[in-house]
Amino acid sequence: MRVHAKRAVALAAGLLLPVTVMANWTMNMSPGVTSTSNQIYSLHMTILWICVAIGVVVFGVMFWSIFAHRKSRGFKPANFHENTVVEVLWTIVPLAILVAMAIPATTTLIEMYDTTESDVDIKITGYQWRWQYEYIDDDFSFFSNMSTPKDQIRNRQAKGENYLLEVDNPLVIPVGKKVRFLLTANDVIHSWWVPEFGVKKDAIPGFINETWTRVDVPGTYRGQCTELCGKDHGFMPVVVKAVPEEEYNVWVAEQKEAAETERRLTEKDWTLEELMERGEQAYATACASCHQADGTGLPPAFPALKGSQMALEDMAGHIEIVVNGSPGTAMQAFGNQLSEVDLAAVITYERNAWGNNTGEMVTPKEIFDYKNQQ
Amino acid sequence: MSAVADTHAQEHHHGPAKGISRWLLTTNHKDIGSMYLMFSFAMFLLGGSMAMVIRAELFQPGLQIVEPEFFNQMTTMHGLIMVFGAVMPAFVGLANWMLPLMIGAPDMALPRMNNWSFWLLPCAFLILVSTLFMQGGAPNFGWTFYAPLSTTYGPPSTTFFIFAVHIMGVSSIMGAINVIATILNMRAPGMTLMKMPLFVWTWLITAFLLIAVMPVLAGVVTMMLMDIHFGTSFFDASGGGDPVLFQHVFWFFGHPEVYIMILPAFGAISHIVAAFSRKPLFGYASMVYAVGAIAVLSFLVWAHHMFTVGMPIAGQLFFMYATLLIAVPTGVKVFNWVTTMFRGSLSFEAPMLFAVAFIILFTIGGFSGLMLAIAPADFQYHDTYFVVAHFHYVLVPGAIFGIFASAYFWLPKWTGHMYDETLAKTHFWLSFVGMNLAFFPMHFLGLAGMPRRIPDYALQFTDFNMISSIGAFMFGVTQLLFLFIVVKCARGGEKAAAKPWDGAEGLEWTVPSPAPYHTFSTPPEVK
Repeated sequence: MRVHAKRAVALAAGLLLPVTVMANWTMNMSPGVTSTSNQIYSLHMTILWICVAIGVVVFGVMFWSIFAHRKSRGFKPANFHENTVVEVLWTIVPLAILVAMAIPATTTLIEMYDTTESDVDIKITGYQWRWQYEYIDDDFSFFSNMSTPKDQIRNRQAKGENYLLEVDNPLVIPVGKKVRFLLTANDVIHSWWVPEFGVKKDAIPGFINETWTRVDVPGTYRGQCTELCGKDHGFMPVVVKAVPEEEYNVWVAEQKEAAETERRLTEKDWTLEELMERGEQAYATACASCHQADGTGLPPAFPALKGSQMALEDMAGHIEIVVNGSPGTAMQAFGNQLSEVDLAAVITYERNAWGNNTGEMVTPKEIFDYKNQQ
Repeated sequence: MSAVADTHAQEHHHGPAKGISRWLLTTNHKDIGSMYLMFSFAMFLLGGSMAMVIRAELFQPGLQIVEPEFFNQMTTMHGLIMVFGAVMPAFVGLANWMLPLMIGAPDMALPRMNNWSFWLLPCAFLILVSTLFMQGGAPNFGWTFYAPLSTTYGPPSTTFFIFAVHIMGVSSIMGAINVIATILNMRAPGMTLMKMPLFVWTWLITAFLLIAVMPVLAGVVTMMLMDIHFGTSFFDASGGGDPVLFQHVFWFFGHPEVYIMILPAFGAISHIVAAFSRKPLFGYASMVYAVGAIAVLSFLVWAHHMFTVGMPIAGQLFFMYATLLIAVPTGVKVFNWVTTMFRGSLSFEAPMLFAVAFIILFTIGGFSGLMLAIAPADFQYHDTYFVVAHFHYVLVPGAIFGIFASAYFWLPKWTGHMYDETLAKTHFWLSFVGMNLAFFPMHFLGLAGMPRRIPDYALQFTDFNMISSIGAFMFGVTQLLFLFIVVKCARGGEKAAAKPWDGAEGLEWTVPSPAPYHTFSTPPEVK
């Protein structure tokens, strides 16, 4: 028996060990790092305690009845079935509690809606399935894609610390400044959420929504898309780096310079190999989630490119659909999402990868001219 | 008892038909009620098995069992099947069985339409479920099917989904018309409106809600159909349409729909709590007014599902205040139930166990509803697992426990046998523990930041997801026990008296158990 007991304990401990070691029993909302998120947290805690108090009273009476007023104890039932005073009271008192609750909620809401006098304006556009951040005042923009490797998702590799909550290019904002976000979407509705900021707003095609934040503590903050937006809805995280102002200014200068370099790349003479190399990367971030890394797609919504008539023959049609999209389908217009270089590289890649060996290439200049003709 | 004597005299000519035609062609409210209940239980198992797929995938982080595309189809179909296939038909089944018995009517007012509205349902669900086998898969845009994900970006099977929703809508509207016609025209002499049993009252109000909002649902899916096939742009911004319009129209249907799924349960619970407390229901009149108030308010709160879409602040405040107001009549109902129990003579057979759990757990769902109504806080809760926890707390221990309580309460009347009390109590306790284990940790997950409708999650959510999945499997498997209990009860067991519960009140207990095929051919007199 003893041996069995010891074995059972050892087994139970073995089974529980990974759980207790990894355990993360976060049960409550985080107060966050902005005044908005702190106000929301205090509203949340207030209403929670009100509910707990009401619950204690109501369930207290109920459990008292359950224990004391049992038939099995020979308790004889009373026969009352109305009492105007009590009934009026339990209508009025909850009403008063609700009014008391509505007042601070209203104040907080009014503050959350005040998007005036911002220091930095950033336009956020939701795409299936990544975010684009556009620094309106500084004339540069970039995409932010999830950077968690497929192998981690497919359980072929150990999961990293920030599994699913890491991106290639985080949004960078200055600490202590009022940052205004203008949100919209390119395809379906997305929703941009950073729990630590207390900011969540839907990004809706055809609409521009506004919200704002002022972060006081430097750091990296993580959130996710919270509106179902298709198959990779679970894989479009939001990562924001809040940095001191000097650091922010340096970063902005770098980004502007990089954008300028990128523009100059269009002029360069590209070889097929260079375009293929760049195209493979661009394809992986912009195209592979629908058309798949091996070009076989997910028909019927996402057709195969491998061996397709368009990728093998119809070059004009190929350029057109990549630049302008196909209205009424999931195929987006990539003309404004990718640079001329990336557009040329992707089209070249699609015409030469996976055995599509056409040997044809499209140069950035051709794309530039094509866009200007329109 | 003259009603019963008549039935015996006529049984030879008017008994049930033999074979399949009894079920295909029946106009008998009891047969149709049984068919609705059996159909809804089949859908409950189907929708539940999809929930098992969801919970199995979410047992661990990473993708292991299904692909994200199929995961989305599962969440969508689970929601649609549970709402339209399990909960709503179950209440229509209870209405069919019990309304005529409770008001002393021989049948429903429109028996042929009754048959038709039932048989539409299997057709609708055959179409809906068949989409799983179509190219491109089943609908994958969530049971709320927000445009443009469901229009421009929807799978080809969306058209079949729209057709299925239309058929369900027709069925529900016909069912509702039948309920209203029956209650308003066929009550026994002397049964004034304020003497009606609460289940009758709550169903009358529910039926009006159905008639008001099912056409709105039909309208919104028709607009989708036009956008998909006929070149309109109701919800397509690039054609001058408005994706947010979809949400306004959908939730104008969707919020009253929530009360459609809970009000009949309120009625049934009121009977059960009073019966097992052996004491009259406290505050009958205020119960009726509270249900009426909830129904009216349910039309004024739809946009609290949309606090993050960027409404003007005035709209935001209006919908917050209106939503908070609903807590008042809902509170009145809970207080009345508790006061009914207070100083009663309580016993805890299976219907009472489910009813007491209903009151406690539905109230917890109400509390989280109150929290969600606070608009600023909703910016944190919205579209997280906190919302999933909230609506499962009002729907599982609310609607579903209400249906189980009703089933155990009236099973002796339907079958003529007592069910196995020990097994039924086992069913209750396993369901109770499983359900709380499955859904309570979801509150924590939501507050810690886990969005809903994701097939994979960050590592900090692992532990609670594991617990939740274990609870869900436990709850799911337990429901097979319910099937066993009902079959066992239908096939035999201790004979049930006409009134098997000593505290029960109402006309349904004046007819023998099982209730004869025809009852109240001559209306009873209500004093």
